[in-house]
Amino acid sequence: MTSETLAAAAPAAPAGPHEFLHAQARWRWSEIAFWLATLLPFVLTPDYLVLASQVAITALFALSLDLILGFSGIVSLGHAAYFGVGAYTAGLISVWGWGEPLTGLVAAGIAAGIVGYVTSFVIARFRHLALIMITLGFCLLLQEAANDANWLTGGFNGLQGVHTWKLLGAFDWDLYGYTAYAYALAGLFVIFLVARRIIHSPFGLALRGIRENGARMPAIGAPILSHIRTIYTIAAIIAGVAGAMLTQTTETVSLEALGFQRSADVLVMLIVGGTGRLYGGLIGAAVYMVARDQFSGLNPQYWYFWIGLLLIAIVMFLPNGILGGLELLARRLKVRP
Amino acid sequence: MLPALGVLFDGVAYGMLLFLMSVGLSVTLGMMNFVNLAHCSFAMLGGYVTVTLMNAAGWPFLATLPAAFVGGAVASIALERVFFRRFYNSNELNQCLLTIGIVFVSIAAAAYLYGTDQQPMQLPPYLRGSFNVAGVDLAVYRLFLIVVAALITVVLMVTLESTRFGAQVRAAVNNQRMARGLGIDVDRLFAFTFALGGGLAGLGGGLALPMLGLDPSFALTYLIYVLIVVAVGGLGSIAGSLAAAMLLGVADMAGKYYVPALGSVLIYLVMLVMIMWRPTGLFGRR
Repeated sequence: MTSETLAAAAPAAPAGPHEFLHAQARWRWSEIAFWLATLLPFVLTPDYLVLASQVAITALFALSLDLILGFSGIVSLGHAAYFGVGAYTAGLISVWGWGEPLTGLVAAGIAAGIVGYVTSFVIARFRHLALIMITLGFCLLLQEAANDANWLTGGFNGLQGVHTWKLLGAFDWDLYGYTAYAYALAGLFVIFLVARRIIHSPFGLALRGIRENGARMPAIGAPILSHIRTIYTIAAIIAGVAGAMLTQTTETVSLEALGFQRSADVLVMLIVGGTGRLYGGLIGAAVYMVARDQFSGLNPQYWYFWIGLLLIAIVMFLPNGILGGLELLARRLKVRP
Repeated sequence: MLPALGVLFDGVAYGMLLFLMSVGLSVTLGMMNFVNLAHCSFAMLGGYVTVTLMNAAGWPFLATLPAAFVGGAVASIALERVFFRRFYNSNELNQCLLTIGIVFVSIAAAAYLYGTDQQPMQLPPYLRGSFNVAGVDLAVYRLFLIVVAALITVVLMVTLESTRFGAQVRAAVNNQRMARGLGIDVDRLFAFTFALGGGLAGLGGGLALPMLGLDPSFALTYLIYVLIVVAVGGLGSIAGSLAAAMLLGVADMAGKYYVPALGSVLIYLVMLVMIMWRPTGLFGRR
C-alpha cells in the first residue's frame, strides 16, 4: 500500500532522498482548496459555527492520533488520556484565576507532553494487542483517578467555573461561535503545518519505516525506541492542545474528555477518513461529527443505529477510508482519460 | 478472614461470568486474528432473549438459558457469514471499524425494542436467597453460576483436548496455514467455533442478568472487561481465559469491598501490571 501511495505522490522518480522528500512536501492544489474550503462555514453556514469549532478541535485530536497510528503504526485505544490532561489543565488554570487562552494552550500542551513522555517509555516497548490494552488501561485508569479526585476535578459533575478571557484581549467569545471557530481553525492550521513538516522530514520517513517493518529499521541504524518516544510525546502535546481548546471554547470540562468513548470515537474517525494521510483525520472528523449531528437531529434516541450503518458501509465499500477511496478514484480517472 | 471467603466466592462467580463471555472471543481471535469488538453484543442478545422469554412468554428461567445460547450462536454465525468472513484478510483497523459499527447498531436496536431502562427479572424461588457456610452468607444464585460455568469449562476443555474437532481447533490456532495445508477446512471450523463462542457469550449474557443487570449499554460496558480477560489470558487459550477471568473477578470484588474509594482502579492496575509482565498473556504464545 505504502509503496503505491509513495509512487503516486511522486510520479517522476526523484534523483535522491532530499529530492524525494521535497517532491512529497510540495503543496498541491487540492490541499490549498481544502484549506480555503474550511473558511466556507463563516459564509455558508453561520448557524453551525459552534459545531464547526468542535469539528476543528476534534480534527486536531484525530491528526495527533494519525501521527502515531497512521504514520508510526502505534495503535492506541487510549489517546483521550492526553486530550483529557490538556482539557483539565486548561480548565484548572482558568478556575485558579488565569483565563488567558493562548498561555492556557501552552500550559496544557506542556502538561500533556510530560504525561506523554513519561508513558512513552512503556508504550515504545509493546506492540499488537498488548499495546492496545496498555493504552486503553492507562486511559481508563486516568479517568477513574479523575473521578476519584473530586476535590480537584469536580469528579462526576465536571469542573465548575471555567472562564476564558477575551482572545488576544480583543475578541469576545460570542454565542454564535465566530471567535471559537476562528480560534480552533487557526490552531488546527498552525499545528497541521508543524505535523506536515514533521512527516515530510527524514524523521517522518523513519517513522513510516518503523510502521512498515520495525525489525529492519535498527539494521539501518534507526533508533526506533527513541523515535517512537519522540513522536508519541509530540502526539500527546497536540492532543493536549486540542483538549485545552475544547475546554476554552465550551468553558466546561467533564470526565467524558478522557473516557474510553472519546478514544474509540477518534480512532473510528481516523479510520473513516483514512489513516496515514495527514488529511484523513480531518476529513474523518468532519464527516463523522456532521453525520452524528444530522442523525441525532433526525432521530435523537437512535442515531447510533445510523452511525453504525455508516461505519459498516464505509468499511465494506471504502476499505482505505474516504481518502483512500478518493485516491483510487483519482488514479482510475487518470488511467482512463 | 471470614469476609474474605465471601469476597472470594463473589469474585469467583463474577470471574466465571467474565470467562463465559470472553472465551469465544479469545479462541476466534487466536485462530483467525479477527478482532471482534461485537462479541459482547452476542452476550447482550442472550440477555434480551432470556428476559423476553421469561417476561413475555412465561418460560422458566432455566429453560431460557439454552435459548440464550442458541440466540447468540445464530446471531454470530449469521454475522460471520454475511460480514466477518470478508474481512479475515483485511487489516485490524477495518475489523475494528466494522465490528464497532455492529455494536452501535445493536445498541440502538436494543434501545429501540426495549428502551434504555434496566430490564426487570425475577429469579425462580430455588435460586433466590442464600445459605450459610462457616458464618458467611453465600448467595445461592452465585453458587449455581459457579457450578454451571465449571461444568461448561470441563466440557470445553475435554472437547478441545480429546476430540477430533478440538484437535483441529488447536491446530488452526497454532498455525492456520499449516492446518490448511493438512487438509483441515479452517473456514468451516472457524464458523463452528464462532457459533460456539457466540453461543457461550449469549449464555453468559443470560446468566449475567441477575448479577450485572441488562441495558443497551451492556455491549460496550462489558466489552472492556472481555478485552481485558482476553489480553491477560492470552489469545486462543481456554485455561488462560479462565485464569485471567478468575484473577480479574476476584481483584474487582476485593477492590470494591476493601477499598471502595478506588472504584475500578484496582482491576485496571492489575491488568496493566499483568500485561507488562507477560505481553502475550498468561498462557499465550504469540
